[in-house]
Amino acid sequence: MRCGEFRTSYAADMAIFETPMATRLLAAFLGLLALVPIFSTTYWLDVANRIGIAIIGAVGLNILTGFTGQVSLGNAAFLAVGAYSTAAIGTRWDLPWLAIVPLSGLITAAVGMVFGVPSLRLKGLYLGLATLAAHFIVEFTAVHWEALTGGVRGISIPAARLFTLTFDSDRSLFYVIFPVMVALVFFAKNLFRTKVGKAFVAIRDQDISAEVMGVNVFKYKLISFAVSSFYVGVAGSLLAYQAHIISPENFPLTVGIDYLGMIIIGGLGSILGSILGAIFITLLPELLRLLSGAAAGTFPGLVQLLASIKMGVFGLAIVLFLIFEPDGLAARWHTIKNYWKLYPFSY
Amino acid sequence: MDFFVQLLINGIVIGSIYALVALGFVIIYKASSIVNFAQGELLMVGAYICLALTTDWRVPIVPAFLLTLVFAAALGVLLERLILRPMIGEPVISVIMVTLGLSSILRAIVQGIWGTDTKAFPSPFPSAPVMLGPVPVSQGYLWSVGCVAVLLVLFTFFFRNARAGIAMRATAFSQQVALSMGISVKRIFALSWSIAAVVSAIGGVLLASIRGGLDGSLAFLGLKAVPVAILGGLDSIQGAIVGGVMIGVLENLSGGYLDPMFGGGVKEVAPFVALVLILMIKPYGLFGKVRIERV
Repeated sequence: MRCGEFRTSYAADMAIFETPMATRLLAAFLGLLALVPIFSTTYWLDVANRIGIAIIGAVGLNILTGFTGQVSLGNAAFLAVGAYSTAAIGTRWDLPWLAIVPLSGLITAAVGMVFGVPSLRLKGLYLGLATLAAHFIVEFTAVHWEALTGGVRGISIPAARLFTLTFDSDRSLFYVIFPVMVALVFFAKNLFRTKVGKAFVAIRDQDISAEVMGVNVFKYKLISFAVSSFYVGVAGSLLAYQAHIISPENFPLTVGIDYLGMIIIGGLGSILGSILGAIFITLLPELLRLLSGAAAGTFPGLVQLLASIKMGVFGLAIVLFLIFEPDGLAARWHTIKNYWKLYPFSY
Repeated sequence: MDFFVQLLINGIVIGSIYALVALGFVIIYKASSIVNFAQGELLMVGAYICLALTTDWRVPIVPAFLLTLVFAAALGVLLERLILRPMIGEPVISVIMVTLGLSSILRAIVQGIWGTDTKAFPSPFPSAPVMLGPVPVSQGYLWSVGCVAVLLVLFTFFFRNARAGIAMRATAFSQQVALSMGISVKRIFALSWSIAAVVSAIGGVLLASIRGGLDGSLAFLGLKAVPVAILGGLDSIQGAIVGGVMIGVLENLSGGYLDPMFGGGVKEVAPFVALVLILMIKPYGLFGKVRIERV
């Protein structure tokens, strides 16, 4: 099915859609995806929406950490900035979501650039620690700037609106979240075919060489922070629409760590990896819940232990992936795909 | 003035605990360049082991404490061998993530065995406070200050005179040179993890007995080690001690004076504001080794 893939030009090497068949398959998949809300139960629709949001956030974090090599532990804070921007704009002005979501992304991008400035002097680990501090500072602001954020009591978000349509249920929000997700994933995929994206990768691989080659390291690091924060801000904005009410408790440090787990398990520096990782990490607790529900008859104590089991399995998954499959699910997927491509004559 | 002195003394005694936590953090970083985000969990595991020994197994407190230290040393070696050793040579983000993963595994194990409720921790210290000038200070805090002082002297001698200590310094300086001089770098890594686990266990037991109770919130103290270690310099033992006391004092003073203005919570965020400022002005801290690099 996928034979005849011979790359004879640079353009063919850079193509997103390698064969016409791949394009058709992707179109069919997206078409099927659009039908999901018709068949799905409300519960799984909620899960699907959370997966869509997680994919946007994970792609954003991967742009910064996986492609540009800048460690960020403060992702939960940027999600919070996006969510609170949506709350602040939505309660003040009567705008459609098509304006509010990008605006929230832009505000988060501006905040992200402020925290990107230390990356001029700090590298690797030290930058990670600076973003950790950013998390606590944003959290403090969210708790204390009550006029804007509602403090610890939280703030409710007016439902997303476009012309005369209102998106207030999980079913309708699906048609907000998934188009945005698909658009942003394609943007990211294209980004790495351009000069900017290649500059990011050059900085990750060796920043001194990048500078010698004429890449303005600081400028591109800042752009990377901005693009990445824009994605995370959009994810936060959609999260706010989905949650209806947000408070600082929605954005603990562990959320940022979950996102890091997604890109580690999916594969650093891979768009497909971010998607697979986001699906994996979001589904993991749901599957554990189902399994423990099924086993509750034999082990009645299991349900109380669920929270700790979730945490333990999450940690274990990260550790095992890092030790045994450091390139993540994306690498595994390519191995499997290459094997089947030539089946049964894979040498 | 009394208010200031009280805040200062409280800051110093709480800072001594931070110093203890940061000490383990720094020892691991010094030997193996790994930033251990599971430091708080090591603290917690140590305290829970001691609790289990004294309440479930009815071991008297002193032998229980010593057994805890033995267990912590074994745990440190085990973690290094199973989880950290495969990470040698991996990028920073992977190493950070593996310790974050480790922290959630340890937390899950502790919650699975002992649950999430706060447990009473038998305090070995008399409850009557000691008067330091005008300020009453509980005896547990004095013990922790004493412990930190003893450990500081001990580690200074260890790194200056003991064979293993010198080998650790050599490894920190250059792993390749250390290897070629016949030092087993693997054994040094294992040693640094077991020392860090033991120091954390001491800190955990002290903290639990000062608080009189033990629950999962103990682990969040591990994050306080980050600003402390950065302020002192990530690879400096004296730095950890000085940084711990300074962050403790800063936290108490800012909490005492600024809380009424902001309506609480300044105490928690102040160390991290300091962290950002230190990283901007003096990223290698007060006593850290400066790595010069031009980009």
